[in-house]
Amino acid sequence: MHSSLLISVLLLVPLIGAGVSILVKKSPDASYFVGLVTAIIELVLAVLVAVLYNPHIKGAQAFDFYYRHVISAPLGLAYDVAIDGISVFLVVLAALVTLMALWGARDKRRESSFVSWLLVLTSFTIGSFVSHDFLEFFVFFELILIPTYFLISQWGGARGGAAATKFFVYTFTGSAFLFIAILYLGFAHQHQTTGALTFAYGALSQTAMTSSTEVWLFLAMAVAFAVKSPIWPFHTWAPESYEQAPTAGSIELSGILAKMGSYGLLRFAVGLLPLAMSDVRPLIMTLAVIGILYGSALACVTPDLKRVVAYSSLAQMGFITLGVVSGSTIATEGAVLMMFNHGVITMGFFLLISYIEKRRGTYVIADLRGLQGPAPVLAAIFTVVMMASIGLPGLSNFVSEYLILIGTFSVHAWWAVLAGVGVIGAALYWLWSYQRVFHGTSTGENSAIADVSTSERWTLVPVVALVLVLGIFPTPLLNKIGPSVHQLIEHAATASGVTK
Amino acid sequence: MTLSAPSIHYIAILPPVILMVAALGLLFLTALARRKPSTTTATLVGVGAVVAGLVVVVLQLVSIWHHGGSTTLSHEIVMDGFSSVVTGGVLTSLLFSLLVAHDWSVREKSGGAEYQMLAMLAVSGALIMAIANDLIVVFLGLEILSIALYVMIAFNKKRFKSAESSLKYFILGGLASSLFFYGAALVYGATGSTNLSTISYFLSFHVLAHPGLLWAGGALMLVGLSFKCQAVPFHAWSPDVYEGAPTPVTGFHASIVWGGAFAALIRVVVSTMGTQMDTWRPILFVLCALSTLVGAGMALRQTNIKRFLAYTSVSQAGFIFLAVWAGSGRGVSSAVFYLLTYAPTVVASFAVVGVMGGLGDANHYLERYTGLARRQPVLGGALALLLLAQLGAPLTTGFYAKLTALQAGVDAGGAPLALISILAACIAAFAYLRWVLALFSKEGTETEIVRVPFATRFTVTCGVVTAVIFGIWPGPLVALAQHASLLFLP
Repeated sequence: MHSSLLISVLLLVPLIGAGVSILVKKSPDASYFVGLVTAIIELVLAVLVAVLYNPHIKGAQAFDFYYRHVISAPLGLAYDVAIDGISVFLVVLAALVTLMALWGARDKRRESSFVSWLLVLTSFTIGSFVSHDFLEFFVFFELILIPTYFLISQWGGARGGAAATKFFVYTFTGSAFLFIAILYLGFAHQHQTTGALTFAYGALSQTAMTSSTEVWLFLAMAVAFAVKSPIWPFHTWAPESYEQAPTAGSIELSGILAKMGSYGLLRFAVGLLPLAMSDVRPLIMTLAVIGILYGSALACVTPDLKRVVAYSSLAQMGFITLGVVSGSTIATEGAVLMMFNHGVITMGFFLLISYIEKRRGTYVIADLRGLQGPAPVLAAIFTVVMMASIGLPGLSNFVSEYLILIGTFSVHAWWAVLAGVGVIGAALYWLWSYQRVFHGTSTGENSAIADVSTSERWTLVPVVALVLVLGIFPTPLLNKIGPSVHQLIEHAATASGVTK
Repeated sequence: MTLSAPSIHYIAILPPVILMVAALGLLFLTALARRKPSTTTATLVGVGAVVAGLVVVVLQLVSIWHHGGSTTLSHEIVMDGFSSVVTGGVLTSLLFSLLVAHDWSVREKSGGAEYQMLAMLAVSGALIMAIANDLIVVFLGLEILSIALYVMIAFNKKRFKSAESSLKYFILGGLASSLFFYGAALVYGATGSTNLSTISYFLSFHVLAHPGLLWAGGALMLVGLSFKCQAVPFHAWSPDVYEGAPTPVTGFHASIVWGGAFAALIRVVVSTMGTQMDTWRPILFVLCALSTLVGAGMALRQTNIKRFLAYTSVSQAGFIFLAVWAGSGRGVSSAVFYLLTYAPTVVASFAVVGVMGGLGDANHYLERYTGLARRQPVLGGALALLLLAQLGAPLTTGFYAKLTALQAGVDAGGAPLALISILAACIAAFAYLRWVLALFSKEGTETEIVRVPFATRFTVTCGVVTAVIFGIWPGPLVALAQHASLLFLP
């Protein structure tokens, strides 16, 4: 067991950075610099936590860095943090995403308030991943809305205000169901034990309920997580928000905030409600597969690049959801790995699209043509990221998709078969988009664009490196993810009386 | 035959007495002194009275902590944790309201002490409702509160709407009061007493063969109090009154009337007729569901800020009804917590609305606020924060207020009702966000920089600070609210 201090520091550093950034707001350069330094420190700390994390802790749920402090006993409110193999890389991803979002946005958006909101968002995001208490998780889950709302509405596109409100109201409404489910669980636990009101994860996982109650609770939670992920048909806010948000906002939204949905689904819905699984699994898996196919289909016909990423994210999140609810250890491991991979890949896409937009003032596919000629390096990097997204062997996403499909196939074959079609869909929409944007002969403005600059290349180095390294050598991550996933699935299986 | 005077535990009745004495003192001073007391004098007297009252509340709490709650004045008045905490909350709201009203009086040049006098009288009525242990005393408080309010709402003699809304409030309020009184009479017929402790005792030891009289009486009282609590379908007056009344009065109304009304409601429904909770639950269910939904839905359509805030407070009232519906200790402490946290937020919001409205409450339309946070980051930011607090955003008190109410509901087996309430809160969130978005909009056409007088600035700061401090660290307030319900008599 490691000291929990490191986790609290992870939560505090961005907040302090945000405060300092506001203090030096007279000079945008200074506040941007403060933001950047904070993000770098945060990333270093997060990586340190990941390296220190010991996956072989025995105990309730294999949690490391555990610390609990009750804030208000009557409310059952506690500050309760811990990390396990499922959350550890999401924390790293959150820190990485922030650094990239700031670094990628260095040409504009240098106002101190922008930097501060971004850092505050990072703290809250990490908070939700390290929450070891359901109510605390919910608080962070809701808190995220505020910085995101301001990021989209204040620095977004022309319809940023509307998109931000839509995002807020969708998520808020979804979490209403989650909220009631959490309270219900807490009180069910309290009435059973006649002890103090608590929402601690370990305590709640011991609560015995009838299978029909668990089904209701699962569905209530699933609504909130489905909106956040997004899972079809709760995705309708996403394309608009991804498109209207500033690049940093899109990166945050699809890179890390979406993962909060699938993470919540795995940790809390699957982890706490094992009896519900046999009833709701077909439903959620079907929705996931519809999401994969529908997302792929829409990505083929949608007119602009940002929306292609948005719909491809819908499809990819479908894969993750499939793995999360499949009940197979291998598929769940794949899903957790894919949360990380997908975060890195969409981050790459949004950065690349922002570079195209900066040069051409548009990201509508019909306006772009033959960019390969004047910008070969841009095209090359785009190809790598795209190939990773498609799931080319040797690149990161292949590993995770393969694990999800093979794991799901072993337990629920037909869904895996249909999801497999989605892999072809990904190839279809990406290659076609790529053809229209980069191939052909460029004329007019398209022929005059500059290639990526040195600093832009450096920005993309982490993305390309991670995509390559994790495609060939994912073992270090899987070694840390594995035991926790195994324990969670095992717990669910024991509780529901199913032996595998 | 000798008439023996009942023993009086003075500390229990001191807070309303102090306010009444201060108000009457100002009245005599105005009538008799050669030079009428200035607004500043009146405000200072008011603030002094509030501070004295708060000191008494502290003494009360200490006494209750050591000796438990008690009744006095032939059991007509009760002093327990609940009454003391509510008294403290109402007095604090009065303090802020007086400060805001001071700036308003100066701006509107309505010198003199009348406003402060009426405010103190109204609050003494609300306090009497909070400490009443007898239906007659509840009614007494209700009337003292209402009559002072009728005048306060009509206070701006230059505005036609002010008088109109006062008349509306008067007619409907009179009806509600009489319904309450009639209900009290029926309950007396059914149980043989108007004393809350006696009724409660009677009901817990007797099963009524013909409970019709009690049901009718209870229902009528519920209607009377729901009117003051702005529950749908008894809310129809509130948008008109909120819009018509001078803005400080609206803020005053929104924060203080609830203190008295909900305190009385909780005493009557939860503690007195708690044994009959199953009878009242369906009614409270409907009141809660309708209030949250209708309030939030109608708020969406408003373009006038004061009407908007009227509907959102209807929606907020629904949440307190959820806590009352629970009918448990958790429910009571949640209602108290809700009142304690909502009051400073709403007074501060109306303080901002007051300065933005300009002379004579001229402009309360949404456009007035477009881009405010860009012109005046501090004022606009404060308003945005206050709105987020009312919306129930985490790290503000509003979140914990909603959390406690929902907890009380779910704990008492009301997950469906809790779900309805929170979904309504989502609709309300949409309405609030529209305003927040306008605050940060880049398209504002107004360029005027609004000057915020000192007392108003102080109030807004206090509202924001309470919302944030207790939003991060709710422990002490939650403990206080729980304290209120633990030491609950009878």
